Amino acid sequence: MNFSDDTLALFAREVAKYPPEHKQSAVMACLAIVQHEQGHVSAEAENAVAAYLGMAPIAVHEVTTFYNMYNQQPVGQFKLNVCTNLPCQLRDGQAALDHVCKRLGVEPYGSTEDGVFTVQPSECLGACADAPVMLVNDRQMLSFMGPERLDELLATLKKAAA
Amino acid sequence: MIDLSKFQATGRETCFHGRHIGAQIYDGLDGSNWRLKEYVARGGYQALRKILGQDGGAGMTPDQVVAEVKASGLRGRGGAGFPTGLKWSFMPKNFNGPKYLVCNSDEGEPGTCKDRDILAYNPHIVIEGMAIAAYAMGVATAYNYIHGEIFEVYQRFEEALDEARAAGYLGDRILGSGFSFQLHAFHGFGAYICGEETALLESLEGKKGQPRFKPPFPASFGVYGKPTTINNTETFAAVPWIIRNGGAPYLEIGKPNNGGTKIFSVVGDVNAPGNYEIPLGTPFAKLLELAGGVKGGALKAVIPGGSSAPVLPATLMMDITMDYDAIAKAGSMLGSGAVIVMNDTRCMVKSLLRLSYFYQHESCGQCTPCREGTGWLWRMVDRIEHGKGRMEDIELLGSVADNIMGRTICALGDAAAMPVRGMIKHFRDEFVYHVEHKRCVVGTAVSHS
Repeated sequence: MNFSDDTLALFAREVAKYPPEHKQSAVMACLAIVQHEQGHVSAEAENAVAAYLGMAPIAVHEVTTFYNMYNQQPVGQFKLNVCTNLPCQLRDGQAALDHVCKRLGVEPYGSTEDGVFTVQPSECLGACADAPVMLVNDRQMLSFMGPERLDELLATLKKAAA
Repeated sequence: MIDLSKFQATGRETCFHGRHIGAQIYDGLDGSNWRLKEYVARGGYQALRKILGQDGGAGMTPDQVVAEVKASGLRGRGGAGFPTGLKWSFMPKNFNGPKYLVCNSDEGEPGTCKDRDILAYNPHIVIEGMAIAAYAMGVATAYNYIHGEIFEVYQRFEEALDEARAAGYLGDRILGSGFSFQLHAFHGFGAYICGEETALLESLEGKKGQPRFKPPFPASFGVYGKPTTINNTETFAAVPWIIRNGGAPYLEIGKPNNGGTKIFSVVGDVNAPGNYEIPLGTPFAKLLELAGGVKGGALKAVIPGGSSAPVLPATLMMDITMDYDAIAKAGSMLGSGAVIVMNDTRCMVKSLLRLSYFYQHESCGQCTPCREGTGWLWRMVDRIEHGKGRMEDIELLGSVADNIMGRTICALGDAAAMPVRGMIKHFRDEFVYHVEHKRCVVGTAVSHS
């Protein structure tokens, strides 16, 4: 796998944060960049990041498999992570997950057949006072997601779906 | 990226509600005034200028800075409550090679969302606090490790770093002085365990976040094997005020041995969940009032310091003040300052079930008592909740918890065991009722979904 010049520039910006002999510190950032661009982290991408950083491929794979947010398989165009941990659960976090699953006709961890949505329960997102909270594609945190706002969100995303 | 801003937090509910008491970190914020210019207008970077002898002052030596922080009685705001000045004094002074400073913004303790609001709405206070700490410990390079799930906050912090570099508050020869300091942001990617400081260091080195044996402690063997000090975001954010106003006035706010203000994230069954910055030693009853009182019933229980802290029943909570010593005396801990409030419709077995699931999910798998024990605890609570529990399971829960406590490399094992012990100590009757009646004492109609 060859990365584009734009991607390599993003990698370089991360690598520059660390001492030259510790390029490995940028591995999580590089994998996150890959995931943002490709939707998931494939074995080919792991190998290419390993080559770029001078790491053993297995050391990169250890990182991909250890951290919760890396997608080891392709996911829908929109990955929705709904927090169901206790503070959120006390404010209808579980109900928010159930609502999204019901509306989309999927089980937790499932994807819609059209490939637009993947729904996952998640652990604490660190926004407990805004519960129910959810994360869209790892990057956008949404707050106070009661049923009406969830319906509005799903409509917005469906409209935007490629 | 699609514009989803209408679904996003504005901080109005959690931070700009005007119900802080004597706020230092959240003072004067409105969500739009996070930039360097506005921070300086609020008195920002004066403490850094002061220690560097700008504006005609004499400056402060690194030892004087450490002494001032020691005098303030500032204790770590991340969970352990260790005296900050003392921690700083552990860093070797004449080390031949790089030393590092790390900010732990991997805020993932369920219930806690205070550091997010600091970084989003007042990022420069953390940058200034870290620069002061770096000066005090002779550190030239630092990292701020930011929770993976708050990417937008990470971006905001990166932007603040650019501003600080452009204005000469970061980089080579800061403000024309002999002090040089580089600070970078690191973005995590979803692992509760990385809030543990040595797991965080491993992660910062580009590895799985599995905690290290201690000793050696980070002050002698930290990131890249070099002396390293790690403090929580809120701890760094407290430092500029202390340097500007002095350690003694800081200690006077609050109670002896519990100086200064603390941000509490009040979540769960309250009418106005949010972050509240108040002096340590404020009665819990006052904090509850600030958060709009209990929602949906009478107060039943509170987990006063993040999900790892043992639960306390209402009667105990209504009598205590919110500080390290008072909460410890009541049998729990102040922890990260997350206050999870539960009303009397809540089932404690179900609450513990969700927490037990969390800990077995987040155990890094390195130590047998934690890896096996957290799963065992979860399976037992699950069968009690679902009417398949046996009376001896209740004793066994306590026994498994006891055999995890203190037998693991890091505190995640303890964090999984403590909620179990707290729940059984104070709400044993509910577990017994579940076993005997195969259902919940509060009735499924009102138990949380």
